[in-house]
Amino acid sequence: MRFSAPGVLFAILGGAALLAPFMTLAANRIVAGDAVPIWSVVPPGQTALGLAAVLLGLALGVPAGRAGLRMVGPLIGLAGLLWLVIQGAPALLDGAGDYARVSPAAGFWCLLVIFALLMADAITALKPGPYQRALLLAAAVAALAAVLGSGVLSPLSVLQEFSARRDAFASEATRHLWLAFGSLGMAGIIGFPLGVLGHRKPALRGAILPVLSFLQTIPSLAMFGLMIPLLSWVGATVPGARSLGIAGIGFAPVFVALVLYSLLPVVGNTVAGLAATPAQALDAARGIGMTAGQRLWRVELPIGLPVILTGLRIVLVQNIGLAVIAGLIGGGGFGTFVFQGLNQTATDLILLGALPTVALALTAAIVMDILVDLTRRLPKETP
Amino acid sequence: MIEIDNITKIYDSARAVDGVSMTIDTGTITVIVGTSGSGKTTLLRLINRLEEPTSGEVRINGQSTLDVKPHILRRRIGYAIQGHGLFPHHTVARNIGAVPQLLGWSRDKIDARVDELLDLFSMAPQDFRNRYPSELSGGQQQRVGVARALASRPDLILMDEPFGALDPIIRTRAQEDLRRIQQALGSTIILVTHDMEEAIRLGDRVAVMDGGKLVQYATPADIITHPATDFVADMVGDVERPLRLLSLTPLADVIEDGHASGTPLPPDANLRDALSACLWTGRSAVPISDHGKVIGRVTLDAIRARAEVHA
Repeated sequence: MRFSAPGVLFAILGGAALLAPFMTLAANRIVAGDAVPIWSVVPPGQTALGLAAVLLGLALGVPAGRAGLRMVGPLIGLAGLLWLVIQGAPALLDGAGDYARVSPAAGFWCLLVIFALLMADAITALKPGPYQRALLLAAAVAALAAVLGSGVLSPLSVLQEFSARRDAFASEATRHLWLAFGSLGMAGIIGFPLGVLGHRKPALRGAILPVLSFLQTIPSLAMFGLMIPLLSWVGATVPGARSLGIAGIGFAPVFVALVLYSLLPVVGNTVAGLAATPAQALDAARGIGMTAGQRLWRVELPIGLPVILTGLRIVLVQNIGLAVIAGLIGGGGFGTFVFQGLNQTATDLILLGALPTVALALTAAIVMDILVDLTRRLPKETP
Repeated sequence: MIEIDNITKIYDSARAVDGVSMTIDTGTITVIVGTSGSGKTTLLRLINRLEEPTSGEVRINGQSTLDVKPHILRRRIGYAIQGHGLFPHHTVARNIGAVPQLLGWSRDKIDARVDELLDLFSMAPQDFRNRYPSELSGGQQQRVGVARALASRPDLILMDEPFGALDPIIRTRAQEDLRRIQQALGSTIILVTHDMEEAIRLGDRVAVMDGGKLVQYATPADIITHPATDFVADMVGDVERPLRLLSLTPLADVIEDGHASGTPLPPDANLRDALSACLWTGRSAVPISDHGKVIGRVTLDAIRARAEVHA
């Protein structure tokens, strides 16, 4: 029998993670909790089943070659983890006091990551097409939504934090999406024409790209810091700016900073994408009577689209992450929970901001990759 | 009729094309030949205004090309280039139908025209219509490139080294195809090449360019027998001149009655083929047969007479 190298590695790491604390039980949401190992989160009879599922999940990753089997393994393992948490949370809370909080701990998170990586490895081996990947993503999102919606995890501390802030969560989520997608849209509106101009006029390109590269090197906190005096000055002096919500803190400085960060990938990839058309095809396009606009829309843009979308992917993932810092200067978004949590030393409140951000970035990255693949319709070069 | 009237193109004080005038008859193939940097490609690109003239003008059937918007002008003129310049993201059908689409033809009309052209170039439409250029061989890509130039039935077609990237065997076939198609359609073709052999084989008239100037514009036979300058003589190649001349004369022109033995040649073969056959098989005459029936012979003496006339 051949062994899968990553499978063996993950089995060893998973074995080690089993020894780490699986959950914590704390007297309230602020204090540090007591570690609970995996074998004592629930009465032994119930533990055995979940533990067996986790071990089976790790074991199925070890043999090489069987892609289908290696897909099933992580699913069994994840089910085992979920089952242990669902059983363990109410059991641990039982009799622990009104303010007691129970959370997944290092062991749980490590195993979660290990199973996710095992699954990613199995999916990569199956080489799914763009539509199949979209289906897999939809299934994963639906499964996550079903688990969260069913309420079986609601005893967990992070979801306790959520239920206390249900309305705030919805509005901060909306704000976060606005920041990430709005800045992407604005960067597209500004950056795409700049990219086209840069493609047409090399002199302009030589002037724009270094400036944008420089903007990109400013650390994010410093950038937000710079925006505060700048935009408060604008808000104070430009008539009507204040009524549009332009001020030193809040939405505006974050939005402007995110747009500035987005310009380099958008402009750079637009220029690179448009330059991807073979010179002879471009000469032929002129020679058969296409106008400059027709050459752009029918030839240069379709050929460059995968590269341009790759730029948008970079921007989107980057901005979903960077938007967290908006919480620091009152810009809203998931960062609000992160920084509130930091101030209150409430770890689970931090997670309430961080986990959706990670999920959002991951989903956006996968969706954009699918789009890039769909636009790369060209057949592979024949040898 | 295309009149090129004292046209000049100057780049940064270098005269790429210098006062060229020539008249091209409708329904002929004119080959512009020259070394690289001779201005031959610039001259071609001045015709469809891919380059704008510094002075002078081009008239097509009496109308100045400067009176028409460049992109409108180019849609009326076929254009094929070396290395085909096909759009990599479009299928063969969309590539060929590009100009008709720009001209606003209906879908059905374009589809029918695409199939017709694929047939003309011996590429089965159902096999090739939906392929991408990267899925074709070099020769097939070239044929699609030429088919694209013909798609809207232009009266005038410009070709810039269209066969430059092909290997010698495919190139010969492509040249024969072009001749056949041109004769069938009666189109006017202006073709640029650096290859005098190709110019002599394809051209009704050959224009030799050197240093931006038109040094000779004549029939292939004239170019061979009366090169205007040493440069033209060099391009023709002294050693090969008699052979090139012989290659211009079909056997039908010198056929005589009489008997000869050995494998016969068809009447549309040329004197160079006949000479080669004589030398190779040690004969002093070859029989000529048309559709299996011997109609006469060509003798080595007759061939020699033809080659010596110009000495």
